[in-house]
Amino acid sequence: MQPRVLVLRAPGTNCDLETAFAFEQCGAQADRVHINRLLESPATLDAYQIFCLPGGFSYGDDLAAGRILASQIRERLADMLHRFRDGDRLMLGICNGFQVLIQTGMLLNDSADRRQATLCDNDSGRFEDRWVRLSADGSRCVMLAGLDELELPVAHAEGKFVTQDEATFQELESQGQLVLRYLPAPAAGSAAADNGLVPYPDNPNGSLGNVAGICDASGRVLGLMPHPERFIDPTHHPRWTREPERTTGDGLKLFENAVAYFR
Amino acid sequence: MLWEINISPGENQTDRVAAATLAEAADLHLANDFQLRASHGYLVQGSHLTRAEVDRLVEQLLVDPVVQQATVTPVAQTADSEPPEPDMQGLYVLPKPGVMDPVAQSAIRAAAHLGISVETVRTLRKYWIGGLARPEIDTLAQKVLANDAIEQVIHGPLPFDHLEVGSGYTFELRQMPICALSHDELSHLSRTAQLYLQDAEMQTVQTYFRELGREPTDIELETIAQTWSEHCSHKTLAGRIAYQDERGSRQFENMLKETIFAATVEIRERLGEADPCVSVFSDNAGIVRFDDRYNIVFKVETHNHPSALEPYGGANTGIGGVIRDPMGTGLGAKPICNTDVFCFASPDIPVESLPPGVLHPRRVMKGVVSGVRDYGNRMGIPTVNGAVYFDDRYLGNPLVYCGNVGLIPRDKSFGDPQPGDYIVAVGGRTGRDGIHGATFSSVELTSESEMLSGGAVQIGNAITEKMVLDVVMAARDRGLYNAITDCGAGGFSSAVGEMGEEIGAEVWLDRAPVKYDGLSYTEIWISEAQERMVLSVSEDQWPELKKLCQSEGVEATVIGKFVPTGRLQLKYHDTVVGDLTMEFLHDGRPPVIRQAVYQAPPETDLALPSAEEDYTETLRDVLASPNVASKHWVIRQYDHEVQGGSVIKPLVGLDHDGPGDAAVVRPVLDSRRGVVVSCGMNPRYGDFDTYHMAASAIDEAIRNCVATGADPATIAILDNFCWGDCEKSETLGSLVRAAIACYDVAVALGTPFISGKDSLNNEFSYQDSSGKRQTIAIPPSLLISAMGQVDDVGRCVTMDLKQAGNLIYLVGQTADELGGSHFALVRGFAGGRVPRVDVQQASQTFTAMHQAIHQGLVRACHDLSEGGLATAAAEMAFAGGLGATLTLEVMPTDGRLDHPAVLLFSESNTRFLCEVPRDSAAQFETVLGPDVPFAQLGETTDDGRLHITHHRRPVIDDEIGRLKQAWQATLDW
Repeated sequence: MQPRVLVLRAPGTNCDLETAFAFEQCGAQADRVHINRLLESPATLDAYQIFCLPGGFSYGDDLAAGRILASQIRERLADMLHRFRDGDRLMLGICNGFQVLIQTGMLLNDSADRRQATLCDNDSGRFEDRWVRLSADGSRCVMLAGLDELELPVAHAEGKFVTQDEATFQELESQGQLVLRYLPAPAAGSAAADNGLVPYPDNPNGSLGNVAGICDASGRVLGLMPHPERFIDPTHHPRWTREPERTTGDGLKLFENAVAYFR
Repeated sequence: MLWEINISPGENQTDRVAAATLAEAADLHLANDFQLRASHGYLVQGSHLTRAEVDRLVEQLLVDPVVQQATVTPVAQTADSEPPEPDMQGLYVLPKPGVMDPVAQSAIRAAAHLGISVETVRTLRKYWIGGLARPEIDTLAQKVLANDAIEQVIHGPLPFDHLEVGSGYTFELRQMPICALSHDELSHLSRTAQLYLQDAEMQTVQTYFRELGREPTDIELETIAQTWSEHCSHKTLAGRIAYQDERGSRQFENMLKETIFAATVEIRERLGEADPCVSVFSDNAGIVRFDDRYNIVFKVETHNHPSALEPYGGANTGIGGVIRDPMGTGLGAKPICNTDVFCFASPDIPVESLPPGVLHPRRVMKGVVSGVRDYGNRMGIPTVNGAVYFDDRYLGNPLVYCGNVGLIPRDKSFGDPQPGDYIVAVGGRTGRDGIHGATFSSVELTSESEMLSGGAVQIGNAITEKMVLDVVMAARDRGLYNAITDCGAGGFSSAVGEMGEEIGAEVWLDRAPVKYDGLSYTEIWISEAQERMVLSVSEDQWPELKKLCQSEGVEATVIGKFVPTGRLQLKYHDTVVGDLTMEFLHDGRPPVIRQAVYQAPPETDLALPSAEEDYTETLRDVLASPNVASKHWVIRQYDHEVQGGSVIKPLVGLDHDGPGDAAVVRPVLDSRRGVVVSCGMNPRYGDFDTYHMAASAIDEAIRNCVATGADPATIAILDNFCWGDCEKSETLGSLVRAAIACYDVAVALGTPFISGKDSLNNEFSYQDSSGKRQTIAIPPSLLISAMGQVDDVGRCVTMDLKQAGNLIYLVGQTADELGGSHFALVRGFAGGRVPRVDVQQASQTFTAMHQAIHQGLVRACHDLSEGGLATAAAEMAFAGGLGATLTLEVMPTDGRLDHPAVLLFSESNTRFLCEVPRDSAAQFETVLGPDVPFAQLGETTDDGRLHITHHRRPVIDDEIGRLKQAWQATLDW
């Protein structure tokens, strides 16, 4: 079947068009739907196979990145989304979408009184746009299947992954949920510091365990800080003018995997 | 009840705000040895707000429990709160009442989502300071922690337990009697009422009302003042000017029309069918053709005066304002990329040498960059091109140029308001913000400006504008309005006045949505509150437009009607508060007649150093000079890839850190066609001759575009003049001379100007320590922005060297032109000859270079600008991680030139350095042909060194890593 993708749009969402385009390039039908429509009739979601929270600054990220949209989703759409996820469908949160997703409890099954992890201010203290190298673990996560290493851009101010405590990190790691990690630049060799942290700027925000993206226990919900929709064309790559010609961008594979899941 | 909520870093978390603040204080040499704790928070007010509700707000919305902790205290009890360490003093920073506080607005809305009713919210920052005496704390607060223009500082506990939410307004029609005033009294009134009209203009207004037999109301005078302001009418440059220079005298009836516009008219006539221009100098932005489906639009604005007082807000609303220009062009263009160019004084200037009322340039720069970042990124528009220039004459008057390119369907490129259409305000509410911005930006800044015009300073709310953009694009495609324009300087007054110029308008001011009670009808009319658009909507279209806006939470309100009366009639409820004819408003201004003279300073010789010198150290100094140095600290803070069309990014090369010449974006995702954006500017040349400065800026903007792959035949350019006080005939003369150059060069190259803007009176006056009045005028600053196109983005090239063993060619002729060069700057040399443009050679070179790139013969191409050949070669080498060996004596020159300093560092125009594979060399030389000067200077190497010789003697020899280090360190903040 041709899967239908709901690309959610809220005030301040700004990567919805190119994200929908990436899905369509892979054969999906993508609709950009405003959060107000979804709040009016949550059952709209039933018609879709993929729910995508794209990048941007939902509600300005005014209280914190993704905070207000996450609160709306928790208050008004949680049941609907749990049903969606448990119905063998896919959810993808990119950048701001990841920031939203991690606060909704859809990724980590947070209990009401305890958040397991968060994305907080970059160690650099500012928004930065730069390309990173990533290692992917596709064994569990549907959308990363067949991926090993990839390059993508990040563009955020609040992307430092932190867990509540060391035990939580270990648990997520042992369950194979820490599926995307920042890698050191090739020239830097294996220059990770003693604590295992890849140094800035290769780990652009100081994330614990170099984590760039995580999936839920089912492997069908993925949140990541880098932008796969910004590397679907060979000319998106920052070194395309100096490297052997590519036929496609590394990010396209995520969207292809999502679509292929329903074929 | 009013509650204070404080959010601070959790246990074991770094207090990053405190660390950054301490570093800032140390950078400014204010204080070193003190302790600081920082937190942010909210004052939340609600008459029935319970502790449990506030706790829920905190847990659900305000605190991140993983990394933060929160305290909640009723404000009445905050006096009891203990300092975190003994002897620390507490200090609050709050936005002044009425200042836009987007976070507070979002907090109210988010609380409502949770079903918690909150009356009002104000954000705050709280600091605990230890180890400083009160006077030092005051200095710290003033220089680092807060900005008086928009924020208030409160020492100790909050002295209130209730937030005021505006006070009521009692309507009273205000007359402003002028009919009986003497000339002196009129002149006095113009200043005290902040009208800033000239004497002749005030007298014309007086005559108009004498003939009507009545006194004007306040709103009528304000409307006239705004419409006739320099900012809105460009009366100086579009006025009569008697100009004189060494070539004789020339009378202009309309200077801009006879120079810059005239160039475009001539080019369009010459091109006939091939004319790429669609709309020039008439709409909010210039429009040119793009492909079968779309046109593209471009506008660059300045926001200098507000940025001088409040850098963050000034730049924030500067970029927000220029984005509304393409949105308000035709029936609305989609913004596809931003540009930004800044001019500051040296960031190393000592704090104690600052004149009163001046913010430190480092603080100005940080504020401006954050302002552009936060607005541009939130709008989802990539900021892709820009520049930063440093000169101490920008101390009191920093320049902030913001540009925006938009994409518009061909059949939506023109709007046409109809008689009978509603005037609909869409977007943000109207507040007291920005009152008198248009008239304020047209006068000279003084050290008291901060007090006098504080109301002109604003903070933007990008998300409001993004929401407006979303509905405007949908409404445009559904045909839900007949015309659109933005509310910029002058607010409704300008927007409605201009849109209804040919028809007439009736405005119902009481219907405009306001942020708070208490606004007078005049304040509503002239407020420059941000994020508002004005649409002309027929009765048939209105219900659907209203529904669309409601569905996305965007406010849309009918505030009047375009009526075919030829009058501008303003009503507040049933009272007519203003009634002017459109004819008087738009054509009634008496012509300004000015004198302009120009005399170029005499050319003097630059005393060259010994030809036997080694220039490696000089090259490092040029690379490290702030104008040339890497701007990665700025660039990385901007999202330059959102919208998914990035092709050539601002930083390029092996490690993504080389200085690209132009940015390329692909605005239509299923097409290969690209837009190329670049700029050119060099205020240093203006000290020699503004004619050559302008010519050089045009040449630089175009060659940056061409170097990346743009077809020169597709390039359109924009002018932005920022000048000093043009009441002075010498200052105006230097501007007219630049405008004449613009005409000459544009016509010769066939490159049309499609839009432009000027900002005059960029002078700052103050009293020095001896009580003497001092004035700093900015150097003449002409920014040329260029927008070109490539038919297939896959043919673009970047400036980084690609492979060892390729040949390096210099294209273009080098002359002895070190006047105003960066060589002269870093070596402290005066004099010399400023670079000229040979327009015929430039035209041939651009066409040939484009052919060579288009045919795939060039692997890397970089334009030569500040720092000349040596700088360009170094940048190409370290960006590509490769070495290069070059020799100078083969360079094409006029034949007599053989001094290595000149060959290395001359800044002659129209030159490119190209990397060409050996097997493409013959074809490359053929394409350049006999008319374009070029020479093969050497080749690329894999030894990681830049090695330049002159008659076999090494003149530069260095590791590329060291050169890169010099280039990157200066602004690596």
